[in-house]
Amino acid sequence: MKVGLFIPCYVDQFYPSAAIASLELLEKYGVEVDYPMDQTCCGQPMANSGYEHYGKDAGELFMKNFGDFEYIVAPSGSCTLHVKEHLLSHDGTGPKIYELCEFLTDVLQVSEIHASFPHRVGFHSSCHGLRGLHLAKPSEIVGKDFNKPVSLLEKINGLELVKLDRKDECCGFGGTFAVFEEGISVQMGKDRLADHLDKGVEVITAADMSCLMHLEGLLKREKSSVKIMHIAEILNGNPIHS
Amino acid sequence: MAENRTHAEAAEEFLKDEERTHWHDDTLWHVRTKRDTAAQKLPEWEVLRENASQIKEYVLSHLDELLIQFENNATANGVTVIWAKNAQEHNDHVYRILQENHVKNLVKSKSILTEECGLNHFLEAKGYDVVDTDLGERIIQFNHQVPSHIVMPAIHLKKKEIGDIFHKHLGTDAGADDPQYLTEAARLHLREKFIQANAAITGVNFGIAETGGFVVCTNEGNADMGTHLADIHIACMGIEKLIPRAADLGVYLRLLARSATGQSITNYNSHFHRPSPGKKMYIILVDNGRTEQLGREDFRNSLKCIRCGACMNTCPIYRRSSGFSYGSTVPGPIGSILSPGIDLKKHSTLPFASTLCGSCSDVCPVKINIHEQLYKWRQVIAKEGNPEPAKKWAMKLAGKVLGNPTLYNIMGKSARTALKLSPNSLIYTRFNAWGKKRDLPEVPKESFKEWYKKNRTND
Ligand code: SF4
Repeated sequence: MKVGLFIPCYVDQFYPSAAIASLELLEKYGVEVDYPMDQTCCGQPMANSGYEHYGKDAGELFMKNFGDFEYIVAPSGSCTLHVKEHLLSHDGTGPKIYELCEFLTDVLQVSEIHASFPHRVGFHSSCHGLRGLHLAKPSEIVGKDFNKPVSLLEKINGLELVKLDRKDECCGFGGTFAVFEEGISVQMGKDRLADHLDKGVEVITAADMSCLMHLEGLLKREKSSVKIMHIAEILNGNPIHS
Repeated sequence: MAENRTHAEAAEEFLKDEERTHWHDDTLWHVRTKRDTAAQKLPEWEVLRENASQIKEYVLSHLDELLIQFENNATANGVTVIWAKNAQEHNDHVYRILQENHVKNLVKSKSILTEECGLNHFLEAKGYDVVDTDLGERIIQFNHQVPSHIVMPAIHLKKKEIGDIFHKHLGTDAGADDPQYLTEAARLHLREKFIQANAAITGVNFGIAETGGFVVCTNEGNADMGTHLADIHIACMGIEKLIPRAADLGVYLRLLARSATGQSITNYNSHFHRPSPGKKMYIILVDNGRTEQLGREDFRNSLKCIRCGACMNTCPIYRRSSGFSYGSTVPGPIGSILSPGIDLKKHSTLPFASTLCGSCSDVCPVKINIHEQLYKWRQVIAKEGNPEPAKKWAMKLAGKVLGNPTLYNIMGKSARTALKLSPNSLIYTRFNAWGKKRDLPEVPKESFKEWYKKNRTND
């Protein structure tokens, strides 16, 4: 099986380890991964700020790079959702995009993960993946519980997942919201962290690096020893960040 | 209030008191939790939501016919039906009715519509003492405030503050804040007002086209108390409050109370059909921008709202900035999609007071796609003149760089290099809102793309 790997711009620039882990993880499962070298960004930062039109070039470039794939995989729920809703066709033709975890659970249907991670971990449910891509059942919705990323984490040896008080409250990143509504964004981030820290986590993980970048920024400012890691790094068997 | 401030500025003010912010957040989260528990008890919850949404879809696409049907049936029942194009007309009608009937004292149960129309101020200026009889509304009326929440108007006040207000206005013991004691005092005070009232104003939760009847939901029974004692009942109703049939009511009543407070049913769902002998009943049907909203394809289904307040309780931004930070009659997520339709310029920052987390849309009992409408308002606002030029420039530049791989690679590298070389004093300035309380990510030695070139060149 061949997939096009989409690495969002900020992951490419600031979190290459998450991207490498995503690539290696897919390769481990025998997927033939192609990474188009001319890719940049899907245009979401502009669009969510009201400037869909400024994101047009990025969107067109995305389609130039990925238009011919059957499957596109991205280690970010948020970017995946944007591409799905705004760039790809909705009539069943053209490429299909999957967030990394749902690609593993739904397409590859992995039953085992050979990795160990003997640490206390908090999972942050990023909103766009949760409510947009339905990676899990949101707490507002009545129905059968499921959580695709967590179902993967549960397959990891030694990993101890903590139970949060508010299992899927937003962290307050929200793209340019983080800057233009700085006060609320920071307060939301602090509150989210407190929920994790109360439970004694060593690592906070998520399927979206953007939320983690925001939480990491707060942790580092407080000189906390708690680490953030993209879920791909844990699934790939990477050790805890030093 | 927050009229001239951006949402962020107003929020900043609220956030200064971190302890209060936590208290406000916890209080509303508690209501959200109660809602969850109540909803989980109904396995058919999602079907109910879908039905409620579809029925309102029907209402919105047949509003003209249903309104006429409602008017005809209500008129046949002996109710006087009056149409008001806007807030001014609505207020004028109320005033005229009061004058014609020589009303001296009036009581009012909760109605967000009359807040929207500024009825209290209007009547006060004409010399009337409008007594709000909903406990929360009475509290904020004493305190010269407007509601900070559409279901719990005084939710921003702590018990002790309410005790102080009552002490000042009702002569309760200084420092007393026992809810039972305070409620008892309010009850005595309001009973007196009920007995004196010649007219009672209520809102309308549901108008039933098929019967011409309408339903008012209160937890305190204050709408009944007012209307039963007074000779004149004026019901103020937004034109979107219709449902086609009495049989549809069950869908909404089951959803409304559970979504609003987690109760399985509101304490008093009062059905009104016709005036008692010798009394008069009026319904004022108010448009005030609703027809215009109906004409906006992307935003029309915001009119499905049944004003349960659940989107406020669940909103992480509302909970941490309070209703006043929105500077609009209806605050929170639903307010942020309704208010720009009323005054785009004044409310231009509201659609940005969201992370687009989508919790509001998932909690909404009539399935309004609130967060998608927030996104759409952002596009409208950016086109029609964003008041924040810095943002526009940043986005335009970002669009250019991200639309061009060569530029992106160069910029990415130089930004990383600049970040690495710059001393912190240069990075963490007051112009860097990210860095006020957060560190920037550590700069890696190479981008993924650079790594890939080295490690997977033959692929
Ligand atoms: S938009 Fe939905 S959740 Fe919000 S108040 Fe209206 S009905 Fe309730």
